[in-house]
Amino acid sequence: MSNDKDMKTLFRTYRTPIIVIAVLLMLALFSESHLIRLIIPYAIAYTIPLLVTALGGLYSERSGVTNLGLEGLMLVGYFASAITIKFTEQISYSLAIPLGLFIAVIAGALFSMLHAFASINLKADQIISGTAINMLASALTVYLARTVAGSGNVRIMLGIVRQDIPVLSKIPGLGTLFFTQSYWSTWVALAIWGLSWFLLYKTSFGLRLRACGEHPSAVESAGVNVHKMRYFGVGMSGALAGLGGAIILVTYSGEFNGTVAGLGFLSIAALIFGQWKPLGILGATFFFGTATTIANVSQVIPEFGVIPPVIFKVFPYVVTLLALVVFSKRSAAPKAVGEPY
Amino acid sequence: MSTKVKSNAFLVAISAVILGLIAGGLLMMAIGSNPFEGFYYLFRGGLMSMERVGNTIATAITLMLVGLSVAFAFKTGLFNIGASGQMLIGGLAATLVAHYVFLPRVIYIPVIILAAFAAGALWGVIPGFLKAKFNVHEVVATIMMNWIAYWSIYYFIPAYLKGPSLETESRSIAIEQSLRSDWLTDFFGGGYINLGIFVAVVAVIVVKYVLDKTTLGFELKAVGSNRFCAEYAGIKVNRNVIISMMIAGGLAGLAGMTFYTGYSRNIQIGVLPSMGFDGIAVALLGASNPIGVFFSALFFGLLQSGKGFMNAMTDVPPEIADTIIATIIYFTATSVLFSRFWDKVGKRKKERNDARTAKAEAQESDHE
Repeated sequence: MSNDKDMKTLFRTYRTPIIVIAVLLMLALFSESHLIRLIIPYAIAYTIPLLVTALGGLYSERSGVTNLGLEGLMLVGYFASAITIKFTEQISYSLAIPLGLFIAVIAGALFSMLHAFASINLKADQIISGTAINMLASALTVYLARTVAGSGNVRIMLGIVRQDIPVLSKIPGLGTLFFTQSYWSTWVALAIWGLSWFLLYKTSFGLRLRACGEHPSAVESAGVNVHKMRYFGVGMSGALAGLGGAIILVTYSGEFNGTVAGLGFLSIAALIFGQWKPLGILGATFFFGTATTIANVSQVIPEFGVIPPVIFKVFPYVVTLLALVVFSKRSAAPKAVGEPY
Repeated sequence: MSTKVKSNAFLVAISAVILGLIAGGLLMMAIGSNPFEGFYYLFRGGLMSMERVGNTIATAITLMLVGLSVAFAFKTGLFNIGASGQMLIGGLAATLVAHYVFLPRVIYIPVIILAAFAAGALWGVIPGFLKAKFNVHEVVATIMMNWIAYWSIYYFIPAYLKGPSLETESRSIAIEQSLRSDWLTDFFGGGYINLGIFVAVVAVIVVKYVLDKTTLGFELKAVGSNRFCAEYAGIKVNRNVIISMMIAGGLAGLAGMTFYTGYSRNIQIGVLPSMGFDGIAVALLGASNPIGVFFSALFFGLLQSGKGFMNAMTDVPPEIADTIIATIIYFTATSVLFSRFWDKVGKRKKERNDARTAKAEAQESDHE
């Protein structure tokens, strides 16, 4: 009996590493399958922008501000990086991409200040403000693209080149799946994920930030400036969504075309699906990334040929709805999210 | 608070519009164009001939119905961001009717209206049900429904309604089966004007009546202003949430009908209609009031239909219209700022009046 209880607490304490290891082992087991080998690299490429953006949403929502403008903020980063890279890649290719990502982060953070000002200082309806951000971003970026680059579409010459990681790629099984032909931006994104987890859950700053989303008046009485914390949360969401948009450009897209096709909204869904927790978000975004990949490659894989492609395309959205049905009853949303303070 | 906002909703709307136009002017200046010239051609593009006026109205019809849809949901405290998907599905139903149902005009028009309304209502009632039953946030649910509609249309059109030349749009419906009408077209001298104008006007009146004069409207608004209070008063909150989303979806479905079988005569795939989002602006600027929606839809219709002409005559990209609309939403969202401003103006005026009367009284007493 007590042994059973010990096992349970042990599992609860180490739940996170256990789940991660189990998933990796599963993938290693099937790493010889050509299907997995085809899907996983693309799945990772599709996951990363979602992951980074959803992490941004995590900062914002944990600090107590709903950010429905992630879609627009991604678009701002997508555009800012495209323009930056287009005008610097002739000078230095190796510098253009990091510079583009950096400018995207700055642009996203600056643009998100519109949302921060409206929802923190003016106590505006955050959902409407977020919608305004989305519409403003989609109109303004195309407007600027037309005037600066002469066309609504901005193409860059070369994105990030895929590379093998020196030692790790030689590991049998997992090495070939994760460490061969990978984008360096993927590792930056995963590092941000790790750092965010540390910042939010292992530092007193993170505790205060999360408390702002649960019980702002208590935090204020403890001497913390809630407004400043919320500005930080929204600013991070803008910066990371901007980075997410830029990563789309430098990995699989290569061209700014005026839309991120709902990825920002999917990130918000991943945030809810992942129950506002870093590991949950990683799992949810990887799930969406895989689902998108399967939808995209389904036509060329004979195993999937019998199923109409529309099923694959609507699959992520239907599953999100079903997941929301399951999770919304006992929602783990920050208690004060969306409420002005 | 709410009464205060309501009392100066008009001033807030006008302030937001003026600031939006100023922002648009600054953007035109930023790219080296003359803003006065830009606005001149923007408005001229929407108004310079009867045909252009007809096109402006035709654009406004769709925006009006989407605006009503969003406003209706707002009244129950729900945010319907899924009007785009509801438009697509309503438009698909109308297109199917137009292709396959042949009836005398008097019966045909009600049939196509009912079909579009029902299809849109179906797309709206799902998020409503999920909200009422499982507490799923309607914003995320309606966005998911948008993408489900987008991909369903994306595969349905090429499979069943493929056009003769293009893979990316449905085959056109016959003009007699569309909402275009000879006498309207003759009156405006051509263009996109269609019978949707009557659908939109009737919808404005009906929605106004339902919200202000019926028990259903009272219940819906009660749920919107305080759902706990409404529940305590014995109003079935969940039922009202579902009904509200159903009607909102239906109205957006009608918008889809006016757009896909009136304004245009086919459905393009791979596009979420942007009017679904512009309708949010229409509802906000109109303060969720049907009459307000009517006028703000005409205004946004003017911006949208004039932008092509402006782009042809100047260097300003057509997206300026969307930028102005988005800026107006932002300023409506931050309307607290203007409310405070107008309150202060009002207070100062009152103080001045008070001071003046006090002074006059004092003088009078001096005379005595």
